[in-house]
Parts: sequence; structure tokens; C-alpha cells
Amino acid sequence: MSYLEYNVKHVPTGLRKVLHLNWALLLLITAVAGVGFLMLYSVAGGSFRPWAEPQMKRYALGVFVMFFVAMVPIWFWRSISGFAYLVTLILLVLVEVMGSVGMGAQRWIDLGFMRLQPSELMKITLVMSLAAYYDWLPTEKTSKPLWVLIPVLLIITPTMLVLRQPDLGTSILLLTGGAIVMFLAGVHWGYFAAVISMVVGLVVAVFQSRGTDWQLLKNYQYRRIDTFLDPSSDPLGAGYHITQSKIALGSGGWTGRGFMQGTQSRLNFLPEKHTDFIFTTLAEEFGYIGAVSLLSLYALIVVFCIASAISNKDRYSSLLILGIAGAFFLFFAVNMSMVMGLAPVVGVPLPLVSYGGSAMLVLMAGFGLVQSAHVHRPR
Amino acid sequence: MRAKTPTEITEVHGRLSRRALLLGGTMLAFMTGLGFRMRHLQLDQADQYRLLAEENRINIRLIPPARGEIFDRNGIVLARNEPSYRVTLVPEDAGDVDAVIDKLATLVELDPNELDRAVTEMRRSPPFLPVTIADRVSWDELSRVAVNTPSLPGITPEVGLSRYYPLRGDMAHVLGYVGPVSDYDLSKIDNPDQLLRIPRFQIGKVGLEGRMEDDLRGVAGTKRVEVNAVGRIMRELDRREGEQGDDIQLTIDQSLQSYAQARLGEESAAAVVMDCETGDLLAVASAPTFDPNLFVEGISVADYGELTGNDHRPLAAKSVQGTYPPGSTFKMITALAALEEGIIGFDDTVYCPGHMEISNRRFHCWKRGGHGQMNLVQALRESCDVYFYDIALQVGIDKMSEVAARFGIGEKFDLPLSGVARGLNPSREWKNSVRGEDWVVGDTANASIGQGFVLASPLQLAVMTARLATGKAVPPRLVKSINGVEQPIAEAPRLDISPTHLAEVQRGMYAVSNHRRGTAYSKRIIEDEYRMAGKTGTSQVRNITAAERARGVTRNEDLPWNRRDHGLFVNYAPFENPKIAVAVVVEHGSGSKAATPIGRDITLQALYGGTPPLSAYPTKDRNSIEKQQEELEKLVPGREITRRNRA
Repeated sequence: MSYLEYNVKHVPTGLRKVLHLNWALLLLITAVAGVGFLMLYSVAGGSFRPWAEPQMKRYALGVFVMFFVAMVPIWFWRSISGFAYLVTLILLVLVEVMGSVGMGAQRWIDLGFMRLQPSELMKITLVMSLAAYYDWLPTEKTSKPLWVLIPVLLIITPTMLVLRQPDLGTSILLLTGGAIVMFLAGVHWGYFAAVISMVVGLVVAVFQSRGTDWQLLKNYQYRRIDTFLDPSSDPLGAGYHITQSKIALGSGGWTGRGFMQGTQSRLNFLPEKHTDFIFTTLAEEFGYIGAVSLLSLYALIVVFCIASAISNKDRYSSLLILGIAGAFFLFFAVNMSMVMGLAPVVGVPLPLVSYGGSAMLVLMAGFGLVQSAHVHRPR
Repeated sequence: MRAKTPTEITEVHGRLSRRALLLGGTMLAFMTGLGFRMRHLQLDQADQYRLLAEENRINIRLIPPARGEIFDRNGIVLARNEPSYRVTLVPEDAGDVDAVIDKLATLVELDPNELDRAVTEMRRSPPFLPVTIADRVSWDELSRVAVNTPSLPGITPEVGLSRYYPLRGDMAHVLGYVGPVSDYDLSKIDNPDQLLRIPRFQIGKVGLEGRMEDDLRGVAGTKRVEVNAVGRIMRELDRREGEQGDDIQLTIDQSLQSYAQARLGEESAAAVVMDCETGDLLAVASAPTFDPNLFVEGISVADYGELTGNDHRPLAAKSVQGTYPPGSTFKMITALAALEEGIIGFDDTVYCPGHMEISNRRFHCWKRGGHGQMNLVQALRESCDVYFYDIALQVGIDKMSEVAARFGIGEKFDLPLSGVARGLNPSREWKNSVRGEDWVVGDTANASIGQGFVLASPLQLAVMTARLATGKAVPPRLVKSINGVEQPIAEAPRLDISPTHLAEVQRGMYAVSNHRRGTAYSKRIIEDEYRMAGKTGTSQVRNITAAERARGVTRNEDLPWNRRDHGLFVNYAPFENPKIAVAVVVEHGSGSKAATPIGRDITLQALYGGTPPLSAYPTKDRNSIEKQQEELEKLVPGREITRRNRA
């Protein structure tokens, strides 16, 4: 609605939109995905099957989805933000009711051609709905308690549902991602200070509750925290993932052991080598240089998004771009911290690189929104 | 909602941009932190982590060495390693394990017990580890499996090495056998070789295989293999070959050994043939025997029960482990003791009335009617007990025991065999310390004819005979060479016995089998070149009781088998130029007549190096000997057995 205030006639139409895409961003994304294909090819022992080939197909599909989303005007996406959030929330509830059980946690709905993880989708639709909310909300009301409560509920509801699955990694991403949008929208510092102190209090409570009747986390989650704090305590059991992952990282050195020469991944010492721990294979085979290169590519994607957001005068677009960039950042930051032994193993894949269908498609759709906001920015 | 003014929009956007920059700054700072963390892990600690990665992936595996083979003095194989064929299954590759096993069962006879064990093993071990489905299958079966492998997923025909004794029972008591390492074996060793941890690795259990284990085993090779996280071998990085075990050549003459075993037959008996000059043991036979291959494969309870339940004790190596009262074969020792003490002259005679009163007890001569006047040669020839009672009482046990020791009685020979017996050379001190009683005159009388406390193994009797023949302290020798290195023959020092005394005793022994009245005259050798000197012996297991005598039991044959007398015979030949010494003991053989013909036959076999001509035998025996030779030739394996493939 507020969009009408801008000069819409300068916004490109039809196929000309393609020329106005943020091509640099797409190039960066493709570079990162390319690293992913290379690594999946390597961990399969020099074979496109079973991972690299499906991943490439998904990426192709993802690029198509991105183009499709990018071509649709951003104001359309804004208008359906609330609806999209609601649908995703319903799907999350459905997962609770009828979702298949996989990997010990209920996470997806089988659509036949693919497994849809509503929690992945929620990462984007939550950002969309929060951006739309703050775009709609008069700025002077932003820090009013009642108007803060609404987005908090918007964040907490899906977070709790995801936590129930239980998927600690995604719920942390949702919570932090939502908080980032609220922070950007200009919510008063005091709220964040209050929440942070509450979180600290909660962490204390979680540890205090251990072993009692009202234990807040599952035992395996406690064990993951334990081994995070001291992975060497149980090198063959719970600490195995982190120990082996650090060995893989550490044996890389400056230039790594060479493509397909990583013994840790090729000989299966690494768990989840094609998903959550794929970064370790990269670090082992291409060394410090390879790992820092990937990190730099991620940093560039984030920087390009921030630049695009700041140059975009539309509030919804800015918030959306920044929210998606924030979610993307959280994704790889948590994953890398995890494999480097800086964070507990919570099961967050490396965005665009790890093998996985719905994460890839949802991310590409998210970047589609970023592109749409870029293409349809007010000029 | 009211429309926003451009100023408001700019102001709001400005705040968003500030916060966005702040957020971006935080993100970049965090990423820099990650970069430093990576630097720390990948560069500062690289060496440490690379080492850990190597330790992860490399495993060292042992390559079992081939066990040394054992040959006889002529190079005939006595123990060798045979390819052992088995069929293994990798459950992971098989897919439908039951279907594959069903199909395999049509090609190979599967033992249900083995199969049960395999199925249990499969459940416990990771699916990529091979499990033995059928062990010791024949070559034909293995070939059938090999041809059909394309339709048997996960099935692999495999070849390993296993011990095989081609002569089966003939060498069992010398070689012993090997078997899989047991926990008990490991518990006996302080610092066990890593090899012994290999499942089903074969080590020597008893006999030469057990005693010379260190030489025979060899040194394990190693190979370094790359393994993945679950231990599956991905590839071999390098290998260091081990050392094969040492080959051992024995002094045994396989054809003589086999003949001796066959000649002893199913008697409970032992025979030892020794080279008089070198001490080489040419045959060390013990009967009945068993097939050591049964033990290699893991003997069945039924077979083992049959062996242990047999009252003829097939598992005992009687030739070295069994000890028997030597009986009259001990009389040469008594005679030499008396001669050396100067108590008797060659022509001094003793009158034998058939018995002798010693401290109010009547000691009988075997010949109830008595021998009359006897000198030394006559007494040996006719084995007169009274003569030896008489001279023994004069010379005393101390001298007898001393002379006996010089001839190897009571000496534990250092041979690589299990349970080599010491026997017993009794003395005053021995009786005092062990039995807590004083030596009495009756003990001396008993000892003089090799009864009472004296115990000797057939090996010791053979050594004694060789020493009587040569006058030298010949020690027995079993190992001729190790890995082609000839083992030294110990220099045999002259015995401290007057040669003239020895010659007189030898004359007596010659008379035993060559004088018309000699106790072994009927079983003599008539070929002049090979005439032998010997001594018969009968050792009582127990007396015939008065009650039995009352029931009419007068003859030894009337007693139950296990109470009949042992029969013994020792001899050397040829008399003029002694080459071999032989000792034969037949348990419960009802006297020397059981042992004498065996000793004679083995002697001839050894001297002729094969079946002797009938002309070597006394005329009246030739018919029965001819029949016996035919029988035995069927039993004695020819040389082709060593080349025959078991499968």
C-alpha cells in the first residue's frame, strides 16, 4: 500500500526484470553451490551418485524457483506474508499430527515428489510476516509493549512447535532470526537486554533442572552440551562427532590433503559427512585456504544483501532482505561453529553446500525474495 | 494508517540502516572469529591433528608365517602344511543370507553344527566381516563353489594352511600335534606373541611340535592396511614378509619307524631303535597309536572318549614316557658292578638250587628246579636269578646304583619330546628320603634282577644297550638338523668300565641269542654278518597269589590282561661291529617271549634297510615269518604315501 507512494513506473516490467536482477549475488550463490557439488562428489568417493547429481538437479530447480519468485513483484509477496506464515504454521502443526518419523525426530511431510520440512519454510515466512508487520506498524508504536508482544508471539509459536519435534538447531535459528528482524525494525534496546538476561537465566535453569523431574531438555541434548564442553571425555561415544571433525579440520593444514584425498571423510570417520559435517571435508581436502575462501564467499553474500537492503528505500524490502541475510548468516555460522567445536552439535546443515532438498529450495526461494525486492525496489 | 512523509521515511530508514550496519559489523566480526578459530585448528595444531588422522586410518595386521616342516633322516616329510579349504560368507554382500546358504547346501555338505555357529557369529559381528560357513571342504567341493560364485553372492572359497601328518599314527608319539591356541595355552605364556591372538592359529600342543614350537612357528609378517571407521579394510599400504618357521630334520628313519609301529600292532608296547655310535634315534615307536590329524581338526568327543577309554592307552608315548621294571635286562648292570668291584671272576660259579634264602625270605629263581653251577656267561645266557642275588648281596646297592647311572638308568635325557621319563635308579638315599625307610637286603636282591624299585623307560633301555655295546656314554639324539644346519653329535666319552669286564658281559649277551641254551636262541638271527647280542626280560606286575594258585592259576596267561607280566628284550647288532641298539617292551605280554621276536624282526629290518631275506631267520620259523612279512607289507606305508594328496 505504501508502495504506491513511490514512483512505480520506473520499476522494470516483463522480461526486462531479468536484466535488473542482482547478478553478482546469483554468481556468489552459484559459486557456493558449486563448492557443495565438488564436496559431495568427493565424499561419495569420486562419484556423482548418490549425492552430487541430485544436489545439482535440486540446485537447478532452486534457480528456477528463485527466478520465479524474483519475477513476482515484491508487493505481492508482502501482501501474502501473513497468509504464508499462517499456512506454514498449520503445516508445522500437521507435522506434529501426521508427520513421518525420520532420524528420531518428526520433521517433514511427504508430498510424494519431495519431503517438505515446514520448519525450513518457516525460516522464510517468519521473516516475511515480521517484515510485513513492521512495515505496517507505525514507527512510533514499535517499542510499545503490546506491539512488541505480537511479533514475539509470531516468533515463539513456531519456535516451540519446532522444539517439540525436537529440532534444537532450527528452533534456535527461528528465534534468533526473528529477533534480528525485530532489532532491525528498531525495537528498543531494553527489550533485547531483557531477553538476553532471560535467556541466560533459562540456560542456568536448564542446567539446574538436569536430572530432576522437570528436566527441560532431552538426555541426548544434555549429552551434546556435555561433549561440547569437553569432547575428549567420550571420544568414541558422544564426543566422537566433534573429535573426528576437529581431526579432519586440523589435518588439512594450509593447503589441505588434495581433492578426494581426505582420509577422514573418505574412510567414514566423519559422521554425516555429506550433510552437517561437509565443511570438515572441505577443510581437510583444501586446507585453510579452501575453508577461508568458502567463508569469504558467505561473507560476500551477506555483505551484498546488506548493501542491497540499505540502498532499498522500501521498509518491507529492507527488513525482508536483512532478515533473510540474517537467517542465512545464522545457518552457516552455527554450522561452522559446530564443526569447529565452538557450539554443540545441534544438526544445522551448511547452507547451499550440505546435501538436502528442502533446505536448498527454501533458501533459493528466500534469495528469490531478495532478488524480487532488488528488482522492484523504488527508484 | 496515514501516509508517511518523505522526511519520516528517510528518518526511519536511516535508523534501519544504522542497525543493519551494526548487525553486519557483528556478523563480519563473528566470521573473522571463525577464521581465527580455523587458523588455530588448521595451522597451529595441524601436526597434532594430522597424526591423529593417520592413527585413525592405519591398522597393522599380522600375516601368519608358514610353520616349519618336519622331515625324517632321509628327507621324507613327516609333518607339512596343507592348503585347507573353507567357504566364507560376507552377510553384507550376500543380501538374502538364507537363500545363499540353501543354494550352497546343494554344492557342499554343510555341517549343521558349523552352520549354527556361523549364524550366531553373523549376528554378533559387523555384516562386512567374513564368517566361515564350511571348514575343511574337499578340493572337489571347493571347485564346485568356485565355479558357481557368480550365483552365490557374498560367498568366497578360501585357502589357508593347516598342519597335516601324512604318516598319521606312525609318528604321532614323536611329533605330537598342533591345535588352535586356547586360553589355557595363552595363560601359560608370559608375553605371548601377537600371532597367538589370531583366531584358530595353530601351535604345537605336545611332542616335538610342542617342545620345538619356537623354532617351528616362525616370525609373523605385518601389513599396514587402511581401514575405515568401522574397521573394514580399504587397501593395503605396504607389507613386511615374516619368516617361515624352521624346518626340522629328525634322526628318525621313517620306513623303520613305520615298520616298528606296524610290528607292534595293537599290542600295548614300545620299541626304540638307536644308532650305537651316534646316538641317533632311528625309531621311537609306541603302540597302539592314534591319528594326530584328528587333533588338528579338533577331535570329536566320541573319538576322544575312545582314545582315553582304551586300556592300552594309545595317547601315551610309552617309549619315552612309560617306565617299567627292567627285569632281567638289568642283570648286565648287576654283573658289571660285581666285576668292577672285583667280587667275582669270570669263572667263579654260584650254585642255583632254584631259590635263595635272604633274611628269612625265600627268593625264587624263574626256573623252579634250579640251574646248578653257573658262571657269569652262563648266568646271563640262562638268566639265572640266584646267581645275581648272590653277587648283588656281595656288591651292594651303592655300587649297582652307581654303575646303573653310568648306563643312563635314572637319567632324564634332554630330548624335545613331552614327558621324557626319568625312571628310577634306586639308592639308599632315595629310599630314605622318599619312602622314609631304610634300605634292606631284600631290596638289593630285587634290584639285582631289575625288579622292586628299579624303573626304566624303553628309551633308557636302548641307551643302556648302546652303551653296553660300545663302552661309550652315547647320548640319544632326535634332531638331525634345523633349517639345514646339522646339529652336532655329542662326543661320547668312554665309560669308566674295564673293557675286559664289558667284553665278558657282551659274551654273555651273545650267548643269550646264539647259544643253544640261551633264552632268546629260538628267535636268533642266523645270518653270520648280523648276529645279535641281547637279553630277555620278564618283569612281574604282581605275584600270583596263593588264592589264585589254589584256583589253579599257575600260568601267566591265565591272569587278566592287565596283571600279566611285561615282556622285555634289549639287543644290539651286529655283535662284532655294533650298529644299532634296540629295546622292546610289551606291556602285559606274559613274559619276554612277546618281546623277543619283535626285537629280532626290527633289528633285521634296520640292518637290511628293508624286508630281510628269509634266510636270516631260523629254518623252522621261515614259514610263519613269510606270512608275517606279507601281512606287514600291507600295513607299512610305502614312500608314495608322503606324496599322496589327502584330498
